[in-house]
Amino acid sequence: MQTSVVYPKRQLGIRGRAIAAKVITYVLLFGLSISFILPFLWMISTSLKLSQDVFTYPPSFFPNSFEWTNYPRGWRVLPFNTFLINSLIVTLSNVAGNVLSCSLVAFGFARLNGRGRNILFLLLLATLMIPREVTIIPRFLMFSAAGLTNTLWPLVLPAWFGYAFFIFLLRQFFMGIPIDLDHSARIDGANNWQILTQIILPLSQPALASVAIFAFIGNWSNLLDPLIYLRSTELYTLALGLNLFRGQNFTQFNLLMAVSIITLIPVLLMFFFSQKLFVQGVSLTGMGGR
Amino acid sequence: MTNAQPTPITTPPNRKPKIGGMARKEERSFYLFILPWIIGFLLFDAGAIIASFGISFTNWSALSAPAYVGTLNYSRLIADSVFYKAMGNSLYYGLGSVGLGTIVSFLLALLLNQNVWGMSLFRTIFYLPSVVSGIAVAILWIMILHQDFGLINSFLAWFGIKGPGWLVQPQWAMPSLILMSLWSAGGSMVIYLAGLQSVPTHLYEAAEIDGADTFQKFWTVTVPMMSPVILYNLIVGFIASIQGFVTVYVMTNGGPANATLVYGLYIYRTAFINFQMGYASALAWVLLVVIILITVVQFTVARYWVYYEGDLKS
Repeated sequence: MQTSVVYPKRQLGIRGRAIAAKVITYVLLFGLSISFILPFLWMISTSLKLSQDVFTYPPSFFPNSFEWTNYPRGWRVLPFNTFLINSLIVTLSNVAGNVLSCSLVAFGFARLNGRGRNILFLLLLATLMIPREVTIIPRFLMFSAAGLTNTLWPLVLPAWFGYAFFIFLLRQFFMGIPIDLDHSARIDGANNWQILTQIILPLSQPALASVAIFAFIGNWSNLLDPLIYLRSTELYTLALGLNLFRGQNFTQFNLLMAVSIITLIPVLLMFFFSQKLFVQGVSLTGMGGR
Repeated sequence: MTNAQPTPITTPPNRKPKIGGMARKEERSFYLFILPWIIGFLLFDAGAIIASFGISFTNWSALSAPAYVGTLNYSRLIADSVFYKAMGNSLYYGLGSVGLGTIVSFLLALLLNQNVWGMSLFRTIFYLPSVVSGIAVAILWIMILHQDFGLINSFLAWFGIKGPGWLVQPQWAMPSLILMSLWSAGGSMVIYLAGLQSVPTHLYEAAEIDGADTFQKFWTVTVPMMSPVILYNLIVGFIASIQGFVTVYVMTNGGPANATLVYGLYIYRTAFINFQMGYASALAWVLLVVIILITVVQFTVARYWVYYEGDLKS
């Protein structure tokens, strides 16, 4: 360890080393970037190929011709318009339910005092650790007993009762808003509901947007719940419809890829227009979205 | 403090009980605001866990009434070779994807943390795959990993290597899924990057004055300061990976020869294909216990490698 300090070569090449380090960094970054992007390009390329060009050996990276009609053709193989509407219903009501319920609960934890608050908050965080497999069977049996299987209700209802990760995210954000604002509003006669809706929420738009985006993406790509609860094809969501499509046409990768890309568009748009909010949500909680 | 509160000249006579009343009122509001979560917790979390435990002692097809069978499901489980296979597969996947994923995402974060030009562009590129998940991505990777027409094998063919049948050969199927999971390493990368950027620069400066080189700075400053974040990611990542199964369901459906039959998929099949709710609940409870044990072990081992800076503990 000490020897490296007086190592003669080191002093000679400090500048050279710095440059070499930069070069290596950029080479690594470019190499890795290409390998991270390549799957997307491959997906687009496959979606534009003719069926017979998908399975050629050796495979060609670029399509021979651009078959844009693969997109409408793939979309028409199954009632994807219906699936899209179902997905929108499920996803948007999850977003609404999560934003509303999690705001209320987060406000309670961030701003109001009550016996057992700390223990309840720990319990809330602990629910993040519960494996889904443990709760999914009783949940299914519960919805089944209520006669709600094969409806969209099981996919929509739970969001209205809060979700620990979002509550945590919002609570962290609310805690950063000066409490003096609450106090002065209270002196002016505002009640808790008014403080939440007129002071906290307007100031928390970035955090609310993070929650909305995470909820959207999580539900948009959710396959497990639709798979368990939905039987009739006319109730299928896009994810489940895509799964059905895959099962029926597993050799038509060009059409499969085309429909897959269509289903990813909302997620991609959201990501590109609000990347800051993602990163903010992540750094606020130290957790990813899922 | 004391002189800030003048003598209570104008305090009405009933002031004192009113403070208690206000606290009680606030408590009532507190419970009112968190009521949605309380109901959800009792119904969907706590209630479900207790119910699951009860169900695990029954034979229940969900179509007829449950029949109490004692510990039969658990003794069946002990003798069930598929149970061990599935548990082993999940641990394999969890260790592989979380272990390699941590290395890759940490490396990416370190690269991006070097004040590089175009940092936000690179961050976008690395982060994007972790955002798009689910079935569309699973289908894409079936294509990428295809034995004859896939992207990876055609890349290997450039170098004259004949790639294996990634998803169809039992010994390659799980490594394929682990490889695929690395594509979404950008999610934890963002967390690490945020952590790296909050390491105080004066620590690096002090290390430099003491003559530390880049590697010494990395091992004596970066790693200890980042260790709580790494621990957190290990725990959460492991829990997530051990219960994930949708990708596997779409890509291999547990095959070939049960090589990718992960635990979650086994529970799904038992409960929702074979309608053995009792046995599936027993399987789920074992999973819960295993996850708790692993988390406890991770926390115990963490004492030896995680560094909490005095006041950073919260």
